[in-house]
Amino acid sequence: MSIPVLLYTLSTLGYLIFMLLRREGWQRWGFVLLCAGFISHAGVLGWKWSQKGFLPIYDLSGNLFFCAFVFAGVFIALRHRYHVKILGIFVASVTMGLSLAAWLLPSAYVMPEEAYISPWVIIHVAASFAGNAAFTLAFAVGVLYLLLERRIKEKRKDIFFRRLPSLELLDKTGHACIVAGFSFITLGLATGVLYARSVWGHFWSWDPKEVWSLVVWLVYAALLHGRLSSEWRGRKAAKMAIFGFLLVLFTFLGVNFLFTGHHEGFTRIGS
Amino acid sequence: MPLQASGWDGMSRLPGIVLLGMNHKTAALEVREKLSLNTEEVTYLLLALKQAEGISEAMILSTCNRVEFLLVAENMQDARNRVFSELALRKNLKPELFSPCFYTHEGLDAVRHLFRVAASLDSMVLGEPQILGQVKQAYQGSTGAGASGPILNRMLHRAFQVAKRIRTETGIGDHAVSISYAAIELARKIFGSLEGRKAMLLGAGEMAELAVEHLLRHKISGILVANRTFERGLALARRFGGEAIRFEDVFENLGDVDIIISSTGAPDYVIRRADVRPLMRKRQNRSLFFIDIAVPRDVDPAINTLDNAYVYDIDDLQGVVDDNLNERKQEAGRAEGIIEEAVLRFADWVEGLALVPTIKELRTKVGTILEDELKRTLGEDWLRQGENPEALDRMVEAMVTKVLHDPIALLKSGGMHGHRDRYLGWIRLLFNMDPVENHIDSEQMPRMTPCMRKRERGDMDCSGQAVCPGQSGETGTLWRLCCGREKKDRCE
Repeated sequence: MSIPVLLYTLSTLGYLIFMLLRREGWQRWGFVLLCAGFISHAGVLGWKWSQKGFLPIYDLSGNLFFCAFVFAGVFIALRHRYHVKILGIFVASVTMGLSLAAWLLPSAYVMPEEAYISPWVIIHVAASFAGNAAFTLAFAVGVLYLLLERRIKEKRKDIFFRRLPSLELLDKTGHACIVAGFSFITLGLATGVLYARSVWGHFWSWDPKEVWSLVVWLVYAALLHGRLSSEWRGRKAAKMAIFGFLLVLFTFLGVNFLFTGHHEGFTRIGS
Repeated sequence: MPLQASGWDGMSRLPGIVLLGMNHKTAALEVREKLSLNTEEVTYLLLALKQAEGISEAMILSTCNRVEFLLVAENMQDARNRVFSELALRKNLKPELFSPCFYTHEGLDAVRHLFRVAASLDSMVLGEPQILGQVKQAYQGSTGAGASGPILNRMLHRAFQVAKRIRTETGIGDHAVSISYAAIELARKIFGSLEGRKAMLLGAGEMAELAVEHLLRHKISGILVANRTFERGLALARRFGGEAIRFEDVFENLGDVDIIISSTGAPDYVIRRADVRPLMRKRQNRSLFFIDIAVPRDVDPAINTLDNAYVYDIDDLQGVVDDNLNERKQEAGRAEGIIEEAVLRFADWVEGLALVPTIKELRTKVGTILEDELKRTLGEDWLRQGENPEALDRMVEAMVTKVLHDPIALLKSGGMHGHRDRYLGWIRLLFNMDPVENHIDSEQMPRMTPCMRKRERGDMDCSGQAVCPGQSGETGTLWRLCCGREKKDRCE
């Protein structure tokens, strides 16, 4: 578990140096290390899966560890098309933070309920995480957009101005993240709902997580619609992406700690 | 063998590399104007210097900010006098009038100076890219006139390499240092690629037209030109391959363009916030960039407060330029380090020019070729198991000695007329002992546009004021002519 953490840390360092010194080479190293971390991460997950017989996502530690994995994966996939280099520093550090937390948190050795061990659950979790990851990226891009926009407006040239790409690229990247996130979260919701029907016999049980996920889904649907109907572009879109992310964050963690429901077990902390 | 041995074999000094020159720091514009040389004059002087006693190689660099003579000469003082007298003769001036403006560098200092000039560290606009092309052109002129030799060849190729390296490894050439280019850079910060964008030009004026030229170079897809006098607009539009519109129709078209360059002579704002506000909706909130070069301003600065609309006036752009210049100055420090490294490497090479290492290298090169061919023909096994392998070694040895006997004898005799360095250089060149890339890409040659245009583009060793060197207390007519004017001289 510690190898990916180490690689992510090195990757973060690489990106930091790139940010400070603006040497292209460091950025490339950062990315290579991130990919290496991702691959080793996959290895660790696979190994655990084979050891335990199920994917270890049923406590907070395992949950975060898997979350970091999906996050890095989504970024790597997106970076291919939308080359916002500076985003790497955010992704690498968040991935590092998540995997580090997962590593430090004690894991709860609880055998999951029979109902939760199913490929459908894995798809549901992976899709939801990927959706959240994409929304997180959209949030980061939105913040970068606002940073750069303010600098252009105020005619201030500092390190952010020099390191950030164009507003247009940031806007497009943010939009792409939201489209991807929305698709994933839709898939996550759909699998969740269908699976609930097959196990418990009903589609919807007004579980807090379900409700909040629906709210998130509606907000992003509105955001996408807003862009299509021409209003929400640039600054406004960036702000909305940031707002949406706050909801995502709450739905992902807050709901589990504040309410009870059938997602509760997933953030169990071992003792 | 009078010139032999002492200086060369264990050589620590460079073979009489001398650089004489004056630039914007040492000479006022009046002097630079008088001394600036055209291609014809450069060729004439090169031929004259080539024939001069004691000068074996020569190159002349003449730009609007500097005139420099790079020579390989036996005696610095003689070379200096010779250059001054030739220059005086050609320009019909007294040498005393311009000689105080000239600096002289010798040996490694001359090499360093050339490297710094080529890398644009000595330019008036730090980091401007044209100078490298100008140095390349000067070198071509020297080669064309048959005035270059092995040492200059090597030195110039090194200079080009160093300049290229500095350009890629440091930010010396990053970021625009002219107003029109700074505007384009900002546009790129907003729009990313400018390909497919549309621009509108309001009014006309040199700076605005330059900005349009930059835009066209970035493959902008269309230009609308609006001018109070429609005919003038029509002419401009034809020049840029754009479309002319009537001034009254500006607002109708404002929704379709992304960049607006305004420089009308109107006394008041031409475009106001209230005009633009409804437009942003119509253009689906896509970014809109106003470049206002006019004084008094054309574009209401309050537009800048609208979402996705950006307004830069001439002062803002000047601020950007100043920031960029500061950034370049910081990068220049790193460039100096690279230069120092290259100067040392060049010194190493010159030391390698000494007789003994060259002979050794020559023998190794020919020997290796012979051995390789033997192996290829006979096969390695045969060579190892052959009846008498030592005999073959002896044969190779003997062939090397015989093939190289005459060239080595010539070198050892001190060369003809004492030009040992020349012969050494040629031998090294003939046998390709210091491989260098030899071509000069023509795209980097400077375009012959008027000074003014280049300066505005920020591309050129060609603006600002003439700065006097340290001797401020100095008086007298000579000094005054050279450096005494406190004037903000511009290039034209």
